[in-house]
Amino acid sequence: MMTPSSTLVRLLRFGFLAVGAAIILFPYVFMISASLKPPEDVFSASLSLWPEHFSAYENYSKALTRIPMVRILLNGALVCTAIVVFQILFALPAAYALAKLRFPGRGVLFGLVMLGLLVPIHAISIPLYAAAQISGLLNTLAVLVIPFTLSVFAMFLFRQFIKAMPDELIHAARMDGLSEAAIVWRIILPNAWPAASAFAIFSVVAHWNDLYWPLITISKTQLATPPLGLLFFRSAEVGDDYGALMAATLIVTLPLVLFFLFAQKLFIEGVTMTGLKG
Amino acid sequence: MQPEGGKPRRLTRFDHREVRAALLLCAPTAVLMLALLVLPTLAVLGLSFTDAELGVPGFQFLGLGAYADLFTDRAFLRAFRNTAIYVALVAPASVVIGLVLALLIEAEVKGRAFFRSVYFLPVVSLTVAMASVWQYLMHPSFGPMNLVLQRFGLPSINWLGSSDNVLTSLALIGIWQALGFNLVLFLAGLTAINRDLYAAAEMDGVRSAWSRFWTVTWPMLGPTTLFVVTITMINAVKVFETVATLTQGGPSKASEVLLYTIYKEGFVYLHIGVASAMAVVFVAVLLVLLLVQTKVLEKQVHYA
Repeated sequence: MMTPSSTLVRLLRFGFLAVGAAIILFPYVFMISASLKPPEDVFSASLSLWPEHFSAYENYSKALTRIPMVRILLNGALVCTAIVVFQILFALPAAYALAKLRFPGRGVLFGLVMLGLLVPIHAISIPLYAAAQISGLLNTLAVLVIPFTLSVFAMFLFRQFIKAMPDELIHAARMDGLSEAAIVWRIILPNAWPAASAFAIFSVVAHWNDLYWPLITISKTQLATPPLGLLFFRSAEVGDDYGALMAATLIVTLPLVLFFLFAQKLFIEGVTMTGLKG
Repeated sequence: MQPEGGKPRRLTRFDHREVRAALLLCAPTAVLMLALLVLPTLAVLGLSFTDAELGVPGFQFLGLGAYADLFTDRAFLRAFRNTAIYVALVAPASVVIGLVLALLIEAEVKGRAFFRSVYFLPVVSLTVAMASVWQYLMHPSFGPMNLVLQRFGLPSINWLGSSDNVLTSLALIGIWQALGFNLVLFLAGLTAINRDLYAAAEMDGVRSAWSRFWTVTWPMLGPTTLFVVTITMINAVKVFETVATLTQGGPSKASEVLLYTIYKEGFVYLHIGVASAMAVVFVAVLLVLLLVQTKVLEKQVHYA
């Protein structure tokens, strides 16, 4: 742009961004700081970030032992992975059919996809809960996965993406004698990889964060996911032991944050493609 | 779809092999859809017309009266109002600030990636965890936020413990969390604007950054803005995690929001009839938001 970007304007701009960034980081700084402090330092009402007495070992060992922390993190990872895998496994073939094949009922199926986009799990949790109870699935890891194996959002996203693929690609594959299922997994999937990875990011962020469904279906600490585990930790905690709570908070926040820091491009692309959390 | 060049056009509308393949590919998903979406939705609709309670045998069919009851139910109306206030606080602020930050980052060459990552951090941080951090920050006596206020000689604020402040405090957390998400969407929208438009505007005498924004950026950003506004509102309507972690609807029900009230009615008090009616209204709110988005999009299509 041609406007003379004066030093003052740039300085103001940079200053504004820096102040904003400081506000965003403010909670993280105090989380880390408090996780190192003993209760008396936290209660001392001082703004100093450096602890007077180090209590990191006590805080972090409480965070790791008061609830089965490692197990809970693994639960979260396992549940999120299973959900993503099933979602793609179910959604991709249907999305391919919706995008490229002509069959009776295609309109109905697509209408149902739109219905699904509208209705969040929260709204239909009562019958789903009842079904889980009847089938004896409450307090299992399976119940955390099953309701999410169907992702209409994945179907919608993949359909849009596959629609844009050239028909010649599919005709050529048919000429080579590939079955429709083989086309889905050997031709469509590799070509839809950007959409699949964007969706995977979307799905993992959403389900790693979700509290509503685990809160309803899981009452055993052993089976908790990180958000629910943290709630259990909070209720097991007597008084205001913020040091230990901040340690636990940091531990459950870290995995996804690290993942983000190492795969930023993937995340940003994921957001722009999926409008994350929709 | 065009019939293929070489093949003779069939008389039937569908190719049997194609139909068979499609049905096979869709069958597993169709079964799941029936079990996980269609039947539950019908069940919620059905239950919403009743006064069913879990563990109480038998129930009455109230018909539309169930909804009439709902709209005279104080707890529900309060939840509805609180949610509306929360959305009204979170959506405009996080959209406007997100846009301003995106414009600043777009204009600033230095540290672009750094700022983007920092502002995005809350989006990938566990909500329940960060809510706990905010609880510490907002603690009335030793919370750093009040300590900072005191440092500047300002009076302390009872952030989460007073019914007057609690929604605003939750909204602050909501804004903090939604900012980076909106920012990234706006950045993508900004990058998509054709640079030539700015040159053309310059030729037409558009000189200042301010008028450049209103003549080029803002109109071209229309669809992005609409999308960001809608999705921010939808996410704000779904506020649950912070309320469940920090306030449980309190103090004195000042932070009862829709989803939390549905959760309590359905899974704590086991009033599944009432909870279902609330859920239907909740979906209706989402539907209205989506319809408004589609209508506006149809009216003003500014795609570059």
